Amino acid sequence: MEVRVQEADFDVGVETRALSAGRTDIGAVSTFLGLVRGASDGVQCMTLEHYPGMTEQSLAEIVAEAKQRWSLLAVRVIHRVGPLQPGAQIVFVGVASAHRGEAIAACEFIMDFLKTRAPFWKKEQTPEGSRWVDARDTDDTAAARWLDVESRR
Amino acid sequence: MNLTILYFASLRESLGMAKEAVVLPADVASVGALRVHLSARGETWQRLAPGNNVRAAVNQHMAADEQVLAANDEVAFFPPVTGG
Repeated sequence: MEVRVQEADFDVGVETRALSAGRTDIGAVSTFLGLVRGASDGVQCMTLEHYPGMTEQSLAEIVAEAKQRWSLLAVRVIHRVGPLQPGAQIVFVGVASAHRGEAIAACEFIMDFLKTRAPFWKKEQTPEGSRWVDARDTDDTAAARWLDVESRR
Repeated sequence: MNLTILYFASLRESLGMAKEAVVLPADVASVGALRVHLSARGETWQRLAPGNNVRAAVNQHMAADEQVLAANDEVAFFPPVTGG
């Protein structure tokens, strides 16, 4: 599956290799791995809530938009939900293309849009209690800059 | 008009409700009108008023206040997303 939302952990090596398995037309694979930041922020545990149905659909739409902008040969997006400990893997984006430029740009594009469009919400447990993470303006800025970018197909 | 409304994250917690079925008066026919309608329920519902940085989706797609509602739509309200 191109898009997966799951509680279970994933193996980055397995997911990365799956992008190009059995193919010889792929010259570049770009990946992003997001982790739960912890100790320095006083976070003991994080819980990821999402909107089942809309989550998968919005991720699929983001992938479809990336494929319109760049010539991509394979894409895989995995996002975990439920309780996660600091250091845990939370999100994986892998993109394969013939040349590196498209894979790298599309990987960043998918993450920027996932951050602002996919319906996930983080709640952190700290020694002072639990708190919902606030959305960041910098994430909106990161996604907005793609609206002006002419993609190179 | 019958609708299902879902609430998520901090909004779900502050309203004490994850899901409800509502029957709307005929003049409540858009996302924006629904915001006004729901925010009139009381103080904790004020967060849903237009302009308060609560996002809306209709049938699992992000929706602006101008979007027209139809019977049996699934409407969702939630804070700005924080995944990734």
